[in-house]
Amino acid sequence: MTGRKTIELRQESDLVLLRKTCREILIQLGFRLVAQTKLVTAASELGRNVLTHGGGGQAHFDVLERSGRRGLKMEFVDQGPGIADIRQAMTDGYTTAGGLGFGLGAAQRLANEFIIQSTPGQGTRVTIIGWTL
Amino acid sequence: MEKIPILKVDNCLLVSIQIDMADQVALDLQDELSRRIVETGARGVLIDISCLDVVDSFIGRVLGEIAATARLLDAVTVVVGMQAAVAITLVELGMRLEGVLTALNVEMGMALLQKHLAAVPGLVRKAQDHDRPQDD
Repeated sequence: MTGRKTIELRQESDLVLLRKTCREILIQLGFRLVAQTKLVTAASELGRNVLTHGGGGQAHFDVLERSGRRGLKMEFVDQGPGIADIRQAMTDGYTTAGGLGFGLGAAQRLANEFIIQSTPGQGTRVTIIGWTL
Repeated sequence: MEKIPILKVDNCLLVSIQIDMADQVALDLQDELSRRIVETGARGVLIDISCLDVVDSFIGRVLGEIAATARLLDAVTVVVGMQAAVAITLVELGMRLEGVLTALNVEMGMALLQKHLAAVPGLVRKAQDHDRPQDD
């Protein structure tokens, strides 16, 4: 993959395409199976957050290179109401949408790097990065 | 939209999930399975997820709810064929799938179901032919 790839997240069925695209890029980059599965799962959780909490948005994929290791950066962006209390939102079991409340905390555990930025009223951007061994 | 087939074998229902399910497909499966348990009087449900290479918290929750609903309808659920990478990921997710029996493959899952069903006294549920239960 060269350059940035973007998946529009408008409806629930877009998650299927998100998972498929994510898997394909990870395979291309040479990620091992367990790492692939963890990152695709994290992407699925974050993509669902974009839909249920953000009212839709985008997932962006960028390939990274750092001292011989390859990485995949995935950014999940929405223009929804944002998160007032990020620490609370990161807690397992905390949910405002009737889910299990695993999304954010799980994504953080499943990825190598995790960054969350949110401005109430303007939206949320969650970035995760996975590195090959 | 895709529909997951449900097969009836003796007193069990078999489901093999062969596609990456959109959320709605999973919810439809949950509804349909509950309906078929009632309709057929099935005592066991076997769900093969060997083709699923991702189980996120949503699908995990649906599997848990299927098992819980089946239990209320007096049926046992076994999930089989989970890929190792999926199991590792679920542990990291913190999904425990409590109340869901698991087995390595379809064959072992069927054996587990039959063992469970054999252990239940007064097991044989009469085929439901929509007659009203009679007062003794």
